Amino acid sequence: MRRTPLYDQHVAAGARIVDFGGWEMPVVYGSQIEEHHAVRRDAGMFDVSHMCTVDLRGAGVRALLSHLLANDVGRLTTPGKALYSCMLRPDAGVIDDLIVYFLDERWFRLVVNAGTADKDLAWIRERAAVLGVAVVPRRDLAMIAVQGPQARAKAAALLPEACRLPAAALGNFFGLPCDEWFVARTGYTGEDGYEITLPAEEAPALWNALLAAGVKPCGLGARDTLRLEAGMNLYGNDMDETVSPFESGLAWTVVLEGTRDFIGKAALEAQRAAGPTRKLVGLLLLERGVLRSHQRVVTDAAGEGEVTSGTFSPTLERSIGFARVPAATGGSVNVDIRGRLLPARVVKPPFARNGSIKIEL
Amino acid sequence: MSNIPGDLRYTKSHEWLRSLPDGSIEIGISDHAQAALGDLVFVEVPEAGRVLSAGDACAVVESVKAASDVYSPVSGEVLAGNDLLATQPEMINQDPYGQGWILRLRPTGAAGGADLLDAKAYAAEVASAS
Repeated sequence: MRRTPLYDQHVAAGARIVDFGGWEMPVVYGSQIEEHHAVRRDAGMFDVSHMCTVDLRGAGVRALLSHLLANDVGRLTTPGKALYSCMLRPDAGVIDDLIVYFLDERWFRLVVNAGTADKDLAWIRERAAVLGVAVVPRRDLAMIAVQGPQARAKAAALLPEACRLPAAALGNFFGLPCDEWFVARTGYTGEDGYEITLPAEEAPALWNALLAAGVKPCGLGARDTLRLEAGMNLYGNDMDETVSPFESGLAWTVVLEGTRDFIGKAALEAQRAAGPTRKLVGLLLLERGVLRSHQRVVTDAAGEGEVTSGTFSPTLERSIGFARVPAATGGSVNVDIRGRLLPARVVKPPFARNGSIKIEL
Repeated sequence: MSNIPGDLRYTKSHEWLRSLPDGSIEIGISDHAQAALGDLVFVEVPEAGRVLSAGDACAVVESVKAASDVYSPVSGEVLAGNDLLATQPEMINQDPYGQGWILRLRPTGAAGGADLLDAKAYAAEVASAS
C-alpha cells in the first residue's frame, strides 16, 4: 500500500483511511456532509497527491498530444492554459481522462488518475520515444486541492512569495509554475479554488497552515458527492475502456472537425455516423432512497440501463446520479433500488455548482 | 472508542436491545455501527402491527456510503417505528441509544437471549472485528 506525504496529517485529524486503488487515503474525517458543505459554502482541502503529475518535454510534445488526445491541444495557445481531455484506444474506449497544461512549446504537464497512471505512462511512452519527447512522472510532488468560495482568499497568503501575485491574477482553468510549486485554478468540486502542486517534503507544512487558516480537511467521500453534484465524471465508474466519450456525456471534449488525426478518431466518426446507441444522463430520484452505482434502470420503451454513479446530494437533499441508458430514453425512468422500482427524472447536469442548485427540483 | 452502554444487550450484526418496563423491547443500531456507516440520510422503519421473526430484516438504514439492513434480534409484533427518523435520520448518528431508536416491539414467546451479547462481549466483538 502506498501513502501520500500527508498520511500522518490524516491520521492525526482522525481520518477513516481506506484502500483507494492501492493508496491509503482519507475517506472522511468526521461528517462527510459537513465536509461537503464546507466546500460549497466556505473552504475545504483535499489531499490528491495520489494523482500523478507527468511532465512531457521535447520539441515534439504538441504533436504527440495532438495525436494522443481526443480534445485538441491546438486550443492551447496561451501559456498556462489547461484542457480537459480523454485519451482513447483505437476503438474509442476511454483509457483515462486527464488535465493537460500548456506551459511552453517544449513543456506540457499532465495530471492523470492514480489507478490508471501505470497504463497511461506505458501508453504515452510507446508513442513519445519516436517524437523525442521525455515522459517524466513526478512522484516527488504532492498535490493539495483547496476548494470553495473562500478557498483562494484563505490560501493566498500561504503561497511562496514568488507565486502570490501571479496566483491572484490567475484566470479560470489556468496553471502557473513558480519556483518548484505549481498553482492551478482548477478543481473537481464545481467551486472556485486552487490545486496546488508542490515538493512532497513541503506538503505537510502547507496542509497545517491551511488548517490554521480555517480550511476544513475533506475526504474522498465529500470529493465524490461534490464532483457528482458538479456533473463531473469519475473514471472507472462513469467511463472506462469499454465505452466511448459519446456514450459518457463527454462529446464536448472531443474535436472531430479538421484534418487532425488522433487515436480513436475513426471509431468516433463511425459512431457519430451510425448514431450512438447509449448515452450518459443525470438522474434525480423522485422518492426517498439513494441511487447507487450498478442499480438497474428501466425505461418505458427504450430498454434497460445502469446507474454509473449515485449518491445522496447534500446540497439538494435528494438522491442524484448518472446512468448509462439507451439513446432513445426520454425524460423519466425507473430505478431498481433494492427490489423496488422508483421513479427518477432525467436531468441535465450539473446538479449544483458555485454554492447553488442548478436544476429544477 | 465507541460508546457501549452497560445496560443494553447487543447482536453481532450491531443492533442493540433495551428492555422497557412494560415488557416491550426497543431496538436500534450501536454507536460503532453508526460511525462505520457515516452520515445517515435515509431510514425506513417498520409499521406498527408487522409481525417479525428473529433474524428478519426489519428496517433499512442508508448513509452517504451504503444501505444496510437492520435485523430484528427477536420475534415479536412491531409496536412502533421511530417516525422522527423520516425527517431526521441524523438522529441515529447523534444519539444512537436515545432519540435514534428504530423500533419497539412486543416479543412473542421467550425473548430468546441465547445469541445476544452483553456490553462486555459486544465490546470484545467490536475490538476483534476492527
